[in-house]
Amino acid sequence: MLQLLYENLEQTVAVILFGIGFTILLLQRNLIRKIIGLNIMDTAIYLFLASMGYISGRKAPIVVDGVTEVSAYINPIPAGLVLTGIVVSVSFTGILLALTVRLYRRYNTLDIDVIALLAKGEDA
Amino acid sequence: MSLVHNFPFFSILLCMVAGIFSSMLKKEAAKWVTLSVSLGVLVLSAFTLHLTLGLDDNYPFMMGHVPAPWGNEIRIGRLEALMATGVSAVLFLSLIAGFYHAPAFVSEQKTNLYCIMVDLALAAVLVLIYTNDLFTVYVFIEIMTIASCALVVVRQNGHTLVAITRYMIMHLFGSGLLLLGIAMLYGITGHLLMEPLGIAVRQLVLTGQYNGPLTVVIALITAGLAIKSAMFPFHGWAPDTYAFAPPLSSAILSGIISKAYIFVMIKFFYRVVGMELIISQQVHQFLFICGVAGMIIASVLAISQRDIRRMIAYSSVAQIGYVYMGLGMGNTAGVEAAVFQMLVHATVKSVLFLSTYELINVSGDRKRFRYLHGAGYRNVPAGIVFTFAAMSMVGIPFTGGFIVKLNLAISGMAFGGWVRALVLIALAMSTLLNAVYFLHTVVSIYRRPTQELVYPAVDPMPRYAAAAMLASLLLIVYLGVGSEPILQVIETGLKTFS
Repeated sequence: MLQLLYENLEQTVAVILFGIGFTILLLQRNLIRKIIGLNIMDTAIYLFLASMGYISGRKAPIVVDGVTEVSAYINPIPAGLVLTGIVVSVSFTGILLALTVRLYRRYNTLDIDVIALLAKGEDA
Repeated sequence: MSLVHNFPFFSILLCMVAGIFSSMLKKEAAKWVTLSVSLGVLVLSAFTLHLTLGLDDNYPFMMGHVPAPWGNEIRIGRLEALMATGVSAVLFLSLIAGFYHAPAFVSEQKTNLYCIMVDLALAAVLVLIYTNDLFTVYVFIEIMTIASCALVVVRQNGHTLVAITRYMIMHLFGSGLLLLGIAMLYGITGHLLMEPLGIAVRQLVLTGQYNGPLTVVIALITAGLAIKSAMFPFHGWAPDTYAFAPPLSSAILSGIISKAYIFVMIKFFYRVVGMELIISQQVHQFLFICGVAGMIIASVLAISQRDIRRMIAYSSVAQIGYVYMGLGMGNTAGVEAAVFQMLVHATVKSVLFLSTYELINVSGDRKRFRYLHGAGYRNVPAGIVFTFAAMSMVGIPFTGGFIVKLNLAISGMAFGGWVRALVLIALAMSTLLNAVYFLHTVVSIYRRPTQELVYPAVDPMPRYAAAAMLASLLLIVYLGVGSEPILQVIETGLKTFS
């Protein structure tokens, strides 16, 4: 079992990181920590994807020196997917940070539970 | 290949181009552009539907210059065309009925942004309906999430901020699960396009390889999409978001956007993993139980609400439960009923949110039931529309809701034992509970106000808005009376869907 985990080290680490990330995202009450958790979770998936595309001993798929056979290069698609994913997570982090700034200006706290209570109080 | 074959692609492109131009136009012009885009998409989709009805099978459309196994493609069949037509028709009517009260919620400078986001949301929904590539699904789900976030948060008060923060956290969690599922699926099959994926998955099932990872993939993707479409135990974000968003946004979010996720799920089940694998892994039973639980528990929660918009939001969760119950039966008749329910719910819920706004508006912007007494007299068209939409929710004959319940019951009868019992009990209880809270609302809007409350005079609703709502009403009745051809399209569409 341990041997298996060690052989797939990147995937193991990725899954552990994903677990850490989503625990933080769901359980922390501080908004900034939630956003950090989200980023850890996304990064874990990118590690997972990137490690699948990497074949040890091969080079990045950029044709130089006229080497054109496929066996010389790693799979470029996961890298492309990771790049797309990074763009998505950057934009989401931006939106969430903007929301956090607005909430902080309004309620002077970052604790989501306190904010929810304060917002409920506005009704009365 | 005729010109009409290109129409799905044109409709997607039209939305995106309109979004870009809306940022540069004047405020009123942007509104007109958005409105005409939704009409344009409706016309294009109707042509596509007409075309696909004449074809025996769905057809692929190459996106870009690289052919299928490497390049990206969309795939168009009659089911996709039907969904696109339904969605754009609902959006068009909602925009006519709802755009005029946007200034009450959207500040002057943000109007263009609002129009862009409506265009973007429609583009994302269309892509999710037509696409044949799993990674495109992920990207456009994220685009749709951003667009819906902007549609809600454009109303600047504390409630929407808190609601949208919850919404974003749950949705990003769902996207994370979805992306991990797609990454693992790519890892074990090496494909992202749905047809080669489907072949590879069947191969894996035959050889018995990667059984564990495949189960995890199905669980991750199903859970991710279920969270995003507000399936019952994951519905926590939905009530506040729908209740505090601008009414037009609530109509778009609960009517149209939540359906796109479920459509993607059906596509994943049919085209990628195959319904047989879903049934042998018993994923459908999980959806079935959640659907039944949602139908009953969300209805009970709806009864306990004192705010009319929260009540309708909870009823939305209950109605999504119907879809999942149909999907969870696992037979074709159940899935057909689920798809039909998606169309009915899109029409009914959007017009319910919009007519509720009118009723609240004539009651001095107060949402509690006791202030709504007599609202049906103060705004007669909205009262009539609300009453009829509520009747469809309850499932009175000659409305769309009745056909849904009938079809769900018939497809439940195909089973024996506890599934049949559960379907019938759930339908009966949910109808009863729906009747309790919708009839209570209808009675309260037609009751004379007891104490002499002063209702400030408001401008009457514009004629075109009333006309659009009545048109939605006709659509609901049409879905109830003329459902046969639509059900036939769904049935034949599902056969060629995979």
